[in-house]
Amino acid sequence: MSHSVLCRVKDIGLIDYEEAFLIQKQTVSEVIQGQSDTLLLCEHPVVFTLGRLADERNFLIPPKDIESRGMKILAIDRGGEVTLHGPGQIVTYPIFNLNHFRRDLKHFLYKLEQVAIDLLQDFDIVARRISGQRGVWVGQEKIASLGIGVKKWVSFHGMAINVNTDLNLFSMIKPCGLDVKMTSISKLIGKSVDMKDVKEKIVRNYCRNFDLT
Amino acid sequence: MSNIILPELGEGITKATVAFWHSKLGDHIQEGDDVVELETDKATFNVPAPASGVIKKILFKEGQEVRIGEALAVVEPQ
Repeated sequence: MSHSVLCRVKDIGLIDYEEAFLIQKQTVSEVIQGQSDTLLLCEHPVVFTLGRLADERNFLIPPKDIESRGMKILAIDRGGEVTLHGPGQIVTYPIFNLNHFRRDLKHFLYKLEQVAIDLLQDFDIVARRISGQRGVWVGQEKIASLGIGVKKWVSFHGMAINVNTDLNLFSMIKPCGLDVKMTSISKLIGKSVDMKDVKEKIVRNYCRNFDLT
Repeated sequence: MSNIILPELGEGITKATVAFWHSKLGDHIQEGDDVVELETDKATFNVPAPASGVIKKILFKEGQEVRIGEALAVVEPQ
């Protein structure tokens, strides 16, 4: 019989990506040293993040134009292509010691996707995975993106779900190098959503899927 | 000599791609240091050094695919 895993939840609010990454790094060290698993919740001001091998052609508007509008572009020490964060998008960074669950990256990503699917179900939205792709879709439109890193079997980075995000921002890039349309909870239900409500529901869904206390 | 092996990453994962070498040939590393980062399926995974020592051999280049259980590099413990 499995036992519940102790987890602390930290809402770090609206925070710069780099500042949040420092908190992630700090938390990874703590969890490696035995501190309890930690779920970080936040939103970022508009920022485009690029993986190491990101293709410039995935910017549909010249990067200089984006920066001249006051939006940041950051090169990040991770794989993958370009993606974008902004206010109205809930970003979750589960800093979990996978030894508490299963040393299985695919399984972990699958469970994260399930958290998103279950959260969307709470809003009466039917979401799905697409075979061969990471992420969560409603029909043909993408609503949640994932990307994780692992160090000593402790996870970092995580999952972003569009809640009230300004979807026009995505017209500036090919998210994750894909020709994909993005959607959001508020677009699908036709009204703005209270982030506090989303945060409560997402924590509940993490607890349920990962058997957290 | 100590091999740095790509460990089991989960059911159904048979290989990963070398994304980034944190260390290079001749580097002195501590046990537990991240030596190389690999990518699979949107997850990047850091492989640590099993022992402190000097990197004597690097067996795969960035961009190359490695099978689970294969040696990525060789460390001479010191």
